[in-house]
Amino acid sequence: MAAISQSRRTGSAVYWLYLMPGLIGFVLVVGLPFAMNVAISFTKWRGIGMPSFVGLANYDRLLGDAAFWSSMQHTLFFVVAMAVIPTILSLILAATLFDYVATQFGQGWSSFFRAGYYLPQILPVSAAGVLWSWILNPHGVLNLVLRGLGLEGSNWLGDPSYAIYAVMGVMVWIQIGYSLVVFMSGLGRVDPSLYEAARLDGAGAPQRFWYITIPMLRPEIAVIALTTTIAALKVFAPVFVLTNGGPDNSTIVPSYFSYTHFFATVRVGYGAAISTAQTAITILLGLMFLRLQTRKGDAR
Amino acid sequence: MKKTGLTRWVVLGLLVGLLALMLAPIALAVINAVKTAADYAARGPMALPRSFDLSGLRDFWSHVNFPLKLWNSLLLSGCAAVFGVLLSLLNAYAIGIGRVRAGRGILVLILMGIMIPQESLVYPLYYLTKSVGLFDSLWSVIIIFTVLQAAFGTYLLASVLSEFPRELLEAARVDGANRWQILWQVVFPILRPTLAVLATFFFIWTWNEFLLPLVLLASNDHQTISVAMGVLSGQYVSDPTTTAAAALLGILPTLIFFLIFQRTLTRGITVGAVK
Repeated sequence: MAAISQSRRTGSAVYWLYLMPGLIGFVLVVGLPFAMNVAISFTKWRGIGMPSFVGLANYDRLLGDAAFWSSMQHTLFFVVAMAVIPTILSLILAATLFDYVATQFGQGWSSFFRAGYYLPQILPVSAAGVLWSWILNPHGVLNLVLRGLGLEGSNWLGDPSYAIYAVMGVMVWIQIGYSLVVFMSGLGRVDPSLYEAARLDGAGAPQRFWYITIPMLRPEIAVIALTTTIAALKVFAPVFVLTNGGPDNSTIVPSYFSYTHFFATVRVGYGAAISTAQTAITILLGLMFLRLQTRKGDAR
Repeated sequence: MKKTGLTRWVVLGLLVGLLALMLAPIALAVINAVKTAADYAARGPMALPRSFDLSGLRDFWSHVNFPLKLWNSLLLSGCAAVFGVLLSLLNAYAIGIGRVRAGRGILVLILMGIMIPQESLVYPLYYLTKSVGLFDSLWSVIIIFTVLQAAFGTYLLASVLSEFPRELLEAARVDGANRWQILWQVVFPILRPTLAVLATFFFIWTWNEFLLPLVLLASNDHQTISVAMGVLSGQYVSDPTTTAAAALLGILPTLIFFLIFQRTLTRGITVGAVK
């Protein structure tokens, strides 16, 4: 017994060698930069020379900065566009494809639709941005179509009252495929005869959706809610390519806000404070989600 | 139990309509990229091309030196995918099979690392790569994405490997295999399908990465396709057919990739992500 536990322990120590490259890499690429960023957030620094320590001044300023608060507010818009709407839509789509299309038209059709809806998800966001700014610009496709229908067009990305909704629309377009694919693979675990039995018992499509699909997909819904909400808190590229945060900061988000302070105004300390605050919120939210999930698991 | 009623066709019609709406932007890029400017001006963006003109594509191709950007993207994504999977495997082997002490703590740390927005890393990485002479080098970005992708991969593979059949490991040990041999001759072959899926996703994720390559690959010669497209949209090309051509070229490699790996991609990366 003693010999076994002895060999286990030495065995365990040898495995540390396998962990070394990964740990060194993680410390250099994530740990050290993150610690530096937190440290920088307590300083005033122009990116050259020595940073001067200013304590909590950057955070103090952050709380009074209207741009910061509107960036936080826009984050909520992005949570709606990237987590809430795509989750609801793709739940309905996944249930339709699994419970209806696959049984009525065959598996092939269901896979075909899934692939089609998924496609926007894997395009480079920047390329999708070029595409959409071409469609949404004042002389773009959308306005031409609207005018053809006798409607008034608009400068979708250039008008402060529309820009955020235009960007949100693009995000829904991008995000639907992600949750759809995860939900459909989750439904793969479900025995189709369950649906068949419910159907024979007279449960209509809405009942089957509510009493079978949703409960079955609870773990997937939790994962999707977590990952898409975190993605919404970090959103950068779509804003960079579609609006540059404008017009009049009407689409500014924390990531873009810190980016401009790092590289445009070169207020590095302030940029670091923004991104540190953003990170704190993200991790707090993530841990809350995980906590909730494990507690639910325990209850079961 | 096939229904013959009207509902079938209404549902199918709605799904097809939604699909058309989702794919319309891409279709519009295709049909307008091959039009002449005159054709576009005369009949608008919705009409099928009556002319066939590749000059928009050719202009953009040479204007941004597309082959070079393509090569940069391929090199970055390919290396990050392969190295990222290897690193994930080594880490997960130590945590999942080696059960090193503090393995659980390391996983929590990695999970938090995954959640950190890249904005919190970008300036220090910019500063650090500059101070060690690795700024504007594809290799520094390859190392960075190898580590970032491996963080996710480790998290995923560690849970897969913690359920790896112990009898197999024991049998190999009895046969005299050491840990290194067990990893490559027992664990690796069994895990190969999962690793292939992981590599596919690492590739496409790295391909689409934007912020870090934008900041760390400053010169034109080292830009990726993703960054080149982002910079382009800032400049705003006024000529509509050239813009369509640019958008098409930007999404074309991904489209081809999608057609090849469609089955893998649409199955989703849920291995181990859901308990």
